[in-house]
Amino acid sequence: MGERVLTVEDLRVDIPVAAGMLHPVQGVTFHVDRGETVCIVGESGCGKSLTALAIMDLLPRSAKRTAMRLELQDQTLDGVAEARMADIRGNRMAMIFQEPMTSLNPAYTIGNQLEEAILRHKPVSRKDARKRAVHLLGRVGITAAEQRLRQYPHQLSGGLRQRVMIAMALMCGPALIVADEPTTALDVTIQAQILHLLAELQREFHMGLVLITHDLGIVARIATRVVVMYAGEVVETGPVDEIFRAPRHPYTQGLLACIPVPGKTRRGERLGVIPGMVPSLVGEMPYCHFASRCPIVIDECRAAPVPLTSEGGRGRRVRCIRAADVAAGALQAAGTAA
Amino acid sequence: MLAYSLKRLGVALLVALTVSLITFSMIYISGDPALAIAGEGARQQDVENIRRFYGFDRPIYVQYLDWLWSALHGDLGRSYNLRQPVADVIFQRLPTTMLLGACAITFALVLAIPLGVLAAVKPNSIFDRVSLTLAVIGQAMPSFWFALTLILWFGVYWRLLPITGQDSWWNFVMPSIALGYYVTPAVMRLTRAGMLEVLSSDYIRTARAKGLKPMRVLFKHALRNAIIPVVALAAVQFGFMLGGSIVIETIFQINGLGYLAWESIQRKDLPMMQAIVLVLSIIYVLITFLADMLNAFLDPRIRVA
Repeated sequence: MGERVLTVEDLRVDIPVAAGMLHPVQGVTFHVDRGETVCIVGESGCGKSLTALAIMDLLPRSAKRTAMRLELQDQTLDGVAEARMADIRGNRMAMIFQEPMTSLNPAYTIGNQLEEAILRHKPVSRKDARKRAVHLLGRVGITAAEQRLRQYPHQLSGGLRQRVMIAMALMCGPALIVADEPTTALDVTIQAQILHLLAELQREFHMGLVLITHDLGIVARIATRVVVMYAGEVVETGPVDEIFRAPRHPYTQGLLACIPVPGKTRRGERLGVIPGMVPSLVGEMPYCHFASRCPIVIDECRAAPVPLTSEGGRGRRVRCIRAADVAAGALQAAGTAA
Repeated sequence: MLAYSLKRLGVALLVALTVSLITFSMIYISGDPALAIAGEGARQQDVENIRRFYGFDRPIYVQYLDWLWSALHGDLGRSYNLRQPVADVIFQRLPTTMLLGACAITFALVLAIPLGVLAAVKPNSIFDRVSLTLAVIGQAMPSFWFALTLILWFGVYWRLLPITGQDSWWNFVMPSIALGYYVTPAVMRLTRAGMLEVLSSDYIRTARAKGLKPMRVLFKHALRNAIIPVVALAAVQFGFMLGGSIVIETIFQINGLGYLAWESIQRKDLPMMQAIVLVLSIIYVLITFLADMLNAFLDPRIRVA
């Protein structure tokens, strides 16, 4: 195992809303080692993006973040003053956002925005900053980098802008990159290129990569480990091959059943769906969050909060009291019974 | 950028031409000019003589083209009262009015933009509410009343500032405030609205994610984008100010174009009024053009259009 880059333990986000207190992230725990790609998956509204923003300390002003431990390498990020946090952000950890079309400032050239990132943190000259920008633009697959530096965001396509965002994230050589659905807003053909590039750069620069996505196809290809989130909680985590081979949580199994498999899924066959909706996260919910949608729910599921427990080594953890039954095919049995 | 500039310049010239047409027709809108000059109860023969002397008997398009041709050569006619070329009088007074306008708009922007930014950074705070109140008061207050109030307090009670004249810089303080204050609320509210919108945009989050210091995020990344509509507004308001200077210059007895306009109106000095309207309109067109150019500089996306 490589050096520990990111440690997240019991991360919580609370946001006061009109109806009460919203708990979009409830005790999220995971870690990232150098050279690892950790994918956070889950459907919309499960708290993935807020988890990313919470790590970067970029939450909306009204949101309150707490954590048992939140560390970047040996540096704690919890309770750090904003000025100190700004020194870390963009320097030792960087973020890539979902919307490349709006994430670059329309008023400044690409070059200005790239160079600014390194001039802020490192004692380099303007010339060296430009050199680094040209180098990285080339590295992320942008041709004629020198000319591109003089262009404005509106002169670039979405795919190119996302490449610029990636280059920008790499300017200071961070130990960790957090990418929040970096390909969602892009054309399908571009999506694959961008992901391939991210995976490649992650290996080349030997960084930790947190990739937030709801595309399990992506996860299968580039993840080292997977964190499955549901309604603000981690419901299952472990090495990617194990999660895909033998999911232990009914939600994970449901998610995987949604993917059509070429050669296996028959033409015209219905894809899997998870019936029901994500529960409201306003107020306390002291029992299994998935209970209302779970096909194998039992009374005990609604009796008490379900802890995240280790399952058979290799860092595998599941938040389900019927995990053993799920592994044994309880869901399939429930499906045929229904 | 060049194509955009030329296009805007073309539009500006068209507007200027339209303005010249309207200004020219002012003479006829107010009735028979010959009759107006001759005065009430003048003999028919005198009126006809005046008509011929000033060339009002020629076809109207000939009069317009003649007037335009002369105007383009700097000849705006002779003043009926001052017996001097209108252009000489106007260009002698113009610097004073422009100076007053520049001071007033500077005062307005220097006050309004920082206040707008601060209000946006802490929306709904006490500061925001106080500035909103000031804005409402400012917009509601007639400028002549505000000017008189300033004179009363700063000139009469406290004797801090000179009341009339234009002998020193101090003379321009009260007129500039009186003229500029009226513009402050609109600029402040627009800056606030623009900043609020920009501050919640994705690229501001990107700037923060880069670890930029808050001041840099605010002034480099946010203000430049938020200020774009403010530039256009400031240009329009500057135009209003040139008009508003008629009241302010009269109150403070500053010998500018506004004061001249007031005098000319009182004395029915048509060529003078015509020329003042034309010159002020051209300046307004010019300033709007400059604002367009400044915006194109600020926002590269405009340059394409």
